[in-house]
Amino acid sequence: MDDLWASLVEIVGEKGVSNKPEELWFYARDPGVLEPHYPSYVVAPQTTEQVQKVVKLANQKKIPIVPMGHGMALTGLVIPLKGGIVLDMKRMNKILEVNEKARYVVVEGGTPQGMLKAYLQDHYPHLRHSLPDAPPVTTIGANVAIHGQGRLTQQYGFNSDMVTGLEVVLPTGEICRIGSPSLGPYWFSKSPTLPDLSGLFLGWLGTTGIITKVGLKLYPNKKLREVEIFVTDRVELVPEIVYKLTHLEMLEDINIWFQPKPLIFKDNYHTTIYFTGDTEEEIEFKRKMIWDALQEIIDAKDGGFMGIQYMREQLLEMPQRSVAEFADVPRGGGFEYSGPIALVEHFPQFAGKVLELAEKYKVFYASTARIISGGQAMMFSISFAFNRADPEMMQRVKLALDEATFFALSMGAIPWKPNFREQQMTLQKMDPQTRKLLQAIKNVLDPQGIMNPGNWEVGE
Amino acid sequence: MDKLKFAEKICATCPTADCLLKCQYMTFSKDEAHAEMMKLIKGEDTRVLKECVTCYACEEYCPRGNHPYFLICEQREEKGIYTAPRPITKQWINMTQMQGKQLIGRVKDQALSTCLLPQLGQMLAGEIFQGISQAAVFGAEFMCPAVHTHFAKMSVVKERLPLVLANFKKLGVREVICLHDECYGTFTHLAAAYGISVPFEPIYYMDFLLRRLKELKDKIKPLKIKAAYQRPCSNRWIPQKHGLVGEILNLIGVELVSRQYQDENSLCCGDIIRAISGYRLANEIQQKNIEDMVKSGAEYCVFNCPACQSTLAEKVTKHGLRPIHIIELCQMALGEKGGAG
Repeated sequence: MDDLWASLVEIVGEKGVSNKPEELWFYARDPGVLEPHYPSYVVAPQTTEQVQKVVKLANQKKIPIVPMGHGMALTGLVIPLKGGIVLDMKRMNKILEVNEKARYVVVEGGTPQGMLKAYLQDHYPHLRHSLPDAPPVTTIGANVAIHGQGRLTQQYGFNSDMVTGLEVVLPTGEICRIGSPSLGPYWFSKSPTLPDLSGLFLGWLGTTGIITKVGLKLYPNKKLREVEIFVTDRVELVPEIVYKLTHLEMLEDINIWFQPKPLIFKDNYHTTIYFTGDTEEEIEFKRKMIWDALQEIIDAKDGGFMGIQYMREQLLEMPQRSVAEFADVPRGGGFEYSGPIALVEHFPQFAGKVLELAEKYKVFYASTARIISGGQAMMFSISFAFNRADPEMMQRVKLALDEATFFALSMGAIPWKPNFREQQMTLQKMDPQTRKLLQAIKNVLDPQGIMNPGNWEVGE
Repeated sequence: MDKLKFAEKICATCPTADCLLKCQYMTFSKDEAHAEMMKLIKGEDTRVLKECVTCYACEEYCPRGNHPYFLICEQREEKGIYTAPRPITKQWINMTQMQGKQLIGRVKDQALSTCLLPQLGQMLAGEIFQGISQAAVFGAEFMCPAVHTHFAKMSVVKERLPLVLANFKKLGVREVICLHDECYGTFTHLAAAYGISVPFEPIYYMDFLLRRLKELKDKIKPLKIKAAYQRPCSNRWIPQKHGLVGEILNLIGVELVSRQYQDENSLCCGDIIRAISGYRLANEIQQKNIEDMVKSGAEYCVFNCPACQSTLAEKVTKHGLRPIHIIELCQMALGEKGGAG
């Protein structure tokens, strides 16, 4: 065994390190379409101090280090493009504190979303967090690092907007607290009224540090949850529908989606509307408001509410399983999506592009847009499913996704959790001064360029 | 099949105008009802074309066997009037398309039609269906297209019904037991209204149920419960079969409570009305209907149609009633099912 192995074992113990090929195989890839790249080691720390020591060691040896949650971003963000160490954060999964009255929670970065959901259900049934529609094993640290979204994004913004404090191990090994926890024991604010240093880490995809603790806002968990689906066959009406619905200021979540199969969904655009209440009266009042908001469109026969008795249970699942079902459309399935953050008024153009790409590249599509912050923007997912046993099909999906990102950028959208190629496309489009600033920040924080290299690389 | 058998003279000389006068969703005086019906026949504009919620009841109310409901549907389609919003109409047309995904059991000279309702297939257990459950057929290929009348798409009905009949014919069956009222109503009432011959004998499932219960009489343990009955829209096409509900319930020891919204005055479950007329009306009707069930002292709400059941089950449960399909209630009386829910 080499020196590095011995040093890593000393830090995290033998059970916390692996370089076995059969284990590295899994850490070399993610469920998306990108090629695998093998790390030299996988290290699974259990404490912030262990993370710190591993980072210091990596600095000393100038070895790349890639922090990883559950690796479900689908866009290769934790594929070690330049080898090195994958730092698997899943053993750092403790829920450290819930401040019930101030409605925040402090968790370790590797805490799974499902674990927090279950913990709150058991101990604080009046509270909830913004659960993403990813598998419940995905981690909270990774979700905020990629500006994830969740069930409460329509009301409160990106999940990263809900961060109330961070503990980060910098690329040079220092442990740094961000926001109110840098001043005292409370994790209630990530910045105000301090300069917002959380921006040095959120959205950087693990290239500026490793998030070891996260403070996260919690929200009231209403007793009842309901859903309606409004359908229209006129795509140009979708922005108006969203505008009318968001005006109500009473909805939990709004998703707009379209897909060709099963046939019940063919040729229509569906707006799934989630709303909550503590009493039947509250629910029915909100339902009435929702119907009234769209009455004009109903009267014109251009849209209506569909019967959802047979789907209701599935729709109310959190997270939903339908994503996995879509992935299996071509059997042996996988899927990947481009998820630009775009203006809702551009929905018709994006929808048209999905249909165009599906036709051009002969791929299965499904598309869902989640409304963000009361209609300020949407995350428009352009999803294509593929069969892993069909490399040619995977290549077509890859090309379709590249073209989707190119289109999104041309529409002034921001790619969400972009893969390294999409990052380069984004950087090329970016204002040169902004690009320069990014590089300057990166150079200051990570002078040796060891953090998740290959991502957000501006180049000279 | 193109031409509706509709006799203008029958309406012109109608002494009652019951078709519209008895309507629970539109209000007319007798003279108005007659006048509006005549406008409809002449193809003129009438509020009927805008306000009809497609409850099917006028087919039952007409004392002289004319077909006011089908005429309304025909006129609506001819004038390009959508009842429900266009995307909902399309959705129904798309989702009920034949896709070659039918399920066919071991069918000999009898088939058991479960339409496109998977819930019906799930009920085919126990002694009642012994010897016949394997003959079940399911899928759009065997689905009566009557639902499209709600959306005034008679062209879809006319296009698909011959295909459905041909599919049954291909099975070589002599009889088809229809577990959905809509199928039986289509194969008997609607087909007759359009002069279509049906190449098998449709058997109404409640006739079948009653026969089987009589055969299994010794095994019945009277349930001693009170139940309200939710009559489905398609039963309006076969009112001669409505009495079977009482006979069946009586045989299994269920007291059918007397209430305001029963028999001719039955109210729609609200599912289609929600799509056509909106949340408010559907909610109001459901509210009235369920309150009436509760007031009548019912413990159970008995359904005939699975679509009505899925629409109202949760709502009746919230009012303390237990929703159950009549087939399951019979199975309960035979000791095959526990409590219903």
